Amino acid sequence: MDYPSKLIEDAVNQVAKLPGIGKKTALRLVLHLIKNKEENTFALTQALNKLRSSIKFCNCCHNISDTDLCFICTSHKRDRRILCVVEDAKDVMAIENTSQYNGVYHVVGGVISPMNGVGPTDLKIESLVSRLNQEQSEVKEVILALSPTMEGDTTAFYINKRIKDLTGKITVIARGVPVGGDLEYADEITLGRSILGRTLFN
Amino acid sequence: MHLETLHLLSFKNYLDENLRFSPRINVLVGKNGSGKTNLLDAIYYLGFTKSAFSSSDQQCITQGNSYFFIKGVFKNDSTTKEVTSTVQLGAKKIFREDSLEYQKLSEHIGKYPIVLIAPDDVYLVNEGSEGRRRFFDGIISQLDKIYLENLIQYNQALKLRNGLLKLYAERGSAVDWIAFESYDKLLSTLGDSIFKRRSAFIIEFSPVFQKYYHFLVENSESAEVQYNSELKGKTFSAGLMDVRPRDVALQRTNFGIHKDDYDFILGNEALKRYGSQGQQKSFVIAMKLAQFEILDLHKGFKPILLLDDIFDKLDDFRIARLLELIKSEFGQLFITDARPERTRGLLNHINVPSTVFNIDQGKVTLYEQQEK
Repeated sequence: MDYPSKLIEDAVNQVAKLPGIGKKTALRLVLHLIKNKEENTFALTQALNKLRSSIKFCNCCHNISDTDLCFICTSHKRDRRILCVVEDAKDVMAIENTSQYNGVYHVVGGVISPMNGVGPTDLKIESLVSRLNQEQSEVKEVILALSPTMEGDTTAFYINKRIKDLTGKITVIARGVPVGGDLEYADEITLGRSILGRTLFN
Repeated sequence: MHLETLHLLSFKNYLDENLRFSPRINVLVGKNGSGKTNLLDAIYYLGFTKSAFSSSDQQCITQGNSYFFIKGVFKNDSTTKEVTSTVQLGAKKIFREDSLEYQKLSEHIGKYPIVLIAPDDVYLVNEGSEGRRRFFDGIISQLDKIYLENLIQYNQALKLRNGLLKLYAERGSAVDWIAFESYDKLLSTLGDSIFKRRSAFIIEFSPVFQKYYHFLVENSESAEVQYNSELKGKTFSAGLMDVRPRDVALQRTNFGIHKDDYDFILGNEALKRYGSQGQQKSFVIAMKLAQFEILDLHKGFKPILLLDDIFDKLDDFRIARLLELIKSEFGQLFITDARPERTRGLLNHINVPSTVFNIDQGKVTLYEQQEK
């Protein structure tokens, strides 16, 4: 596409680098910014700059945080005997939104994915090992909540191997049919697994 | 089963062709380069969702166009099914059966069994083990969906495992074998089941193959296909353990069913080294005929047989033998030949109804129809 101004082209190319945004959407966003008040754009860029320069990752669980230790790790209300391993901060938010979990987290930052150049040392697995190794560690159960893909399974398998002597038990989140869904629409593998992993009725 | 009609749009040198075939013998005649083999390839494509001769779909598109379309109407007893394939540059390949799109192409494979006998089939003898594995995998996959799924998963896990070996090599860091354990476990489980299936298949395949070989070649030398796998001597996990140093050095996995081979033996000697060209050809044709019979047996109906330029390569005795089979054993048949008189003479001889098509630069005309 030809743009009337080099400035617009540069801005569009930057915005289009964001996930889920193509060139046309980027152009629409850029033109929108120009059309609106100047202050709005500066407020946006300031917020982004501040975000980038001040954002921290929790020293303990590696979740996104405003402080050195995140609010979950510092909270007195959380149960430190249960630790949930997730891929990224989005997963922490998703589990928090369920209101079903009161333990702490460990964000490993992805899954082992050789095709994308991600090996075990690129993830925060060593830090999980040392966290469980600490003398004051109270963790009795580690929940592995990773994606149900070949990469996720590989990562879970690896973590399990590394930490199996450091904690009481290791569990994985259940795989099964979604609540409110029709059985007939569940795919065969999921339905098969949920039959194998059935639970007592009460 | 037979192919009743075929519609081609910008497939290779066919711009727009509508054809109706005989349920028995279809002879395609025309000069070299007129498009006889391309027509066979279009039929093959409908069965296997890929070309037998071109390595990419792009090569199947008529030059200057951006898509091709194939539609075939298959008839089996009283049921009629329409299979279509649409390939567009830069878009996903679409396969439909009676207008319903397949989610996975692998679901289609095996439903419309087709056997192709082509002049370059001797690559099975002369080239690497990959072609031989693909030949046998192709047959087993058409009989056994689970085998195909296992094979696809095995290859995915293998790709990831090799990727991880490369990753460690690129970084020059020590390999952490714990990271490989989940791949190894997956490869073992899938690999063991693939090994068992291949072993069982060759037991079923061998006597059928030998029957055809001895039918085509009138002598008593023994002909054998042997399945060769490192898994015969050790377990999968022990094998993977043994090759670890080599895996690290070569950055790929050196043990597994992806290293299997099939040995072709003629009278205690390797066919590749000691067999004459004629023996090699007969060997390969006998394998293809065995493929036909096994598919027929499992599916309960006869596959479509495509014979590309076959009479050129065989002596009179073998042609006579093959014609006997055509008369009694096969269902629908497509034969290409550059010399129409020869094929017509041979077919008149066995007295089977046939339809002859004349092909010239991607245009097909009905040449002669003989109904009995």
